[in-house]
Amino acid sequence: MNSVGEGCTELKREYDQCFNRWFAEKFLKGDRSGDPCIEMFKSYQQCVQKAIKDKDIPIEGVEFMGPNKEKPGS
Amino acid sequence: MVKYFLGLSVLKSSWDQVFVAFWQRYPNPYSKHVLTEDILFREVTPDNRLISRRLLTKTNHAPRWTEKYLPSNMARSAYVIEDSIVDPQSRTLTTFTWNISHARFMAVEERCVYGVNPDNNSWTEIKREAWISSNLFGLSRAVQEFGLARFKSSVTKTMKGFEFILAKMQGGIPSRTLVETAKEATDKVKETALAATEKAKDLASQAQKKQQYV
Repeated sequence: MNSVGEGCTELKREYDQCFNRWFAEKFLKGDRSGDPCIEMFKSYQQCVQKAIKDKDIPIEGVEFMGPNKEKPGS
Repeated sequence: MVKYFLGLSVLKSSWDQVFVAFWQRYPNPYSKHVLTEDILFREVTPDNRLISRRLLTKTNHAPRWTEKYLPSNMARSAYVIEDSIVDPQSRTLTTFTWNISHARFMAVEERCVYGVNPDNNSWTEIKREAWISSNLFGLSRAVQEFGLARFKSSVTKTMKGFEFILAKMQGGIPSRTLVETAKEATDKVKETALAATEKAKDLASQAQKKQQYV
């Protein structure tokens, strides 16, 4: 799958591969030894956050699950 | 005025397989309208839950009649954010998804809770709720009808996409069969969506006629 930043797709793929392995083999099995993909995530993020700024994508200040707070049953 | 949707779906795969598939479901034959996918934020909380934010760009595949009501400079692609919490202790995945562009035209918010199916613990159930609203004066009802119709056909595609990826992960079915089944199902989805959007189009032209007499 492509990244919104055209030049970030390769970095995204590397990070995704690392994450998917850790998620299935460690995290879901209750292994709390920590995320080994942090450095890869940082490189990928640097790229993506720049692309988001360049394209003016309005993600600033959006609270985690923000709109859910107003919903019944939340 | 808001349209509310509530649905319950089942995937005949275990919760952990579904959670793994959740991060790998794009691209799939049913997701042609999803153009990009990015993780913007991710963290394991002190109580060992994984929180993430995913940004998607999707084509705003809407019928022609809606174009009159969108400003001409509005981008064809819509931006959607999906926030999620994976809790391996309770074996649940909770997501909240909403569009951060085109929101005045139509706002779609969806909350899902994925968990172990209580009747068969090797299956996964998904409880899905959605709220669809539009702020366009006079047109909101038509846009909401269209929005609801499109949302329902999206749910069908989502479930098919999951089944496709899960089958691929489990290695049981030859890829070509999967792709053929995918094409048939996509055609069916298109037919259903077309019928529903025709209804919405009628509502829109009725609303327009009313306006002429005001």
